[in-house]
Amino acid sequence: MGLPASHAMTAAPPTDEPPWRWHSETPKRIRRRFPAGDTETRSALLAVCDGLRRAGICEDDLSSTELILAEVLNNIVEHAYADSVGIVDLCIELRHEGLSCLVRDYGSAMPNGNPPCPPLPRINPPHEVPEGGFGWHIIRSLTTQLAYRQDEGCNALSFVVPLTGYD
Amino acid sequence: MNKRRTREGIVDISTNQTAAGLLVKVKEPRIDAAVAIEFKEAVRAAADGKDGPVILDLGDVTFLDSSGLGAVVAVMKLLGPQRPLHLASLTPPVAKVFRLTRMDSIFTIHQHPPCEMKATG
Repeated sequence: MGLPASHAMTAAPPTDEPPWRWHSETPKRIRRRFPAGDTETRSALLAVCDGLRRAGICEDDLSSTELILAEVLNNIVEHAYADSVGIVDLCIELRHEGLSCLVRDYGSAMPNGNPPCPPLPRINPPHEVPEGGFGWHIIRSLTTQLAYRQDEGCNALSFVVPLTGYD
Repeated sequence: MNKRRTREGIVDISTNQTAAGLLVKVKEPRIDAAVAIEFKEAVRAAADGKDGPVILDLGDVTFLDSSGLGAVVAVMKLLGPQRPLHLASLTPPVAKVFRLTRMDSIFTIHQHPPCEMKATG
């Protein structure tokens, strides 16, 4: 998806410059390494969002990024490390196409070697109201370039969160 | 006031009986995997033994993931058809989750909690 017209039409920035700006003192890459777990996920998300906010990412993009990362990290806690404990490595880079994210764990591989692509759970109240099964739908709805590879015990999920604006 | 201790500390909610139903205000900034179970239990306990609709005021909640969404749905099911669960004051990040999952279609969602709804007619 292209950038909004308001950005695309901005008068003549140098062609190599990204359509958003970041503060020069803010690194363009955020890395976190932490033990997989619900409370650790929460702490990591708070730290990442703090960094992205300081980098000038707008609140709407920020909330999407936080939601996507939460779903990815929750999946790692629930599935990759369902029967074990382990480390998560998170790397987020500001790039031209958006926020390029790489999330690695060292637990169980994804079934079939691919990230799931389930349909949105069927909603048919009052009898069919789902309590779960939304995670991958959310991830796939809000990301591009979703890719997964498993190599020597490392699961690497990468994706891009397109940016629509900045503060 | 009803407080429950959790792994994260406290799921802080307060309750008020209004003409429109039992207003349950969530004073947590996040409903995520770390507190989903405790959140569900806290709201269920707060509504226990009372009648009529339950209005969940999420105005202080700035983050909700699919675990939190599942907990809200679970509360709705626990309350049953006689005690409909309404939502109020969704912040933009929370509204986004309901919209993306189309779960906004199964809840009555108010822009404001009941006392403000009365003031604005």
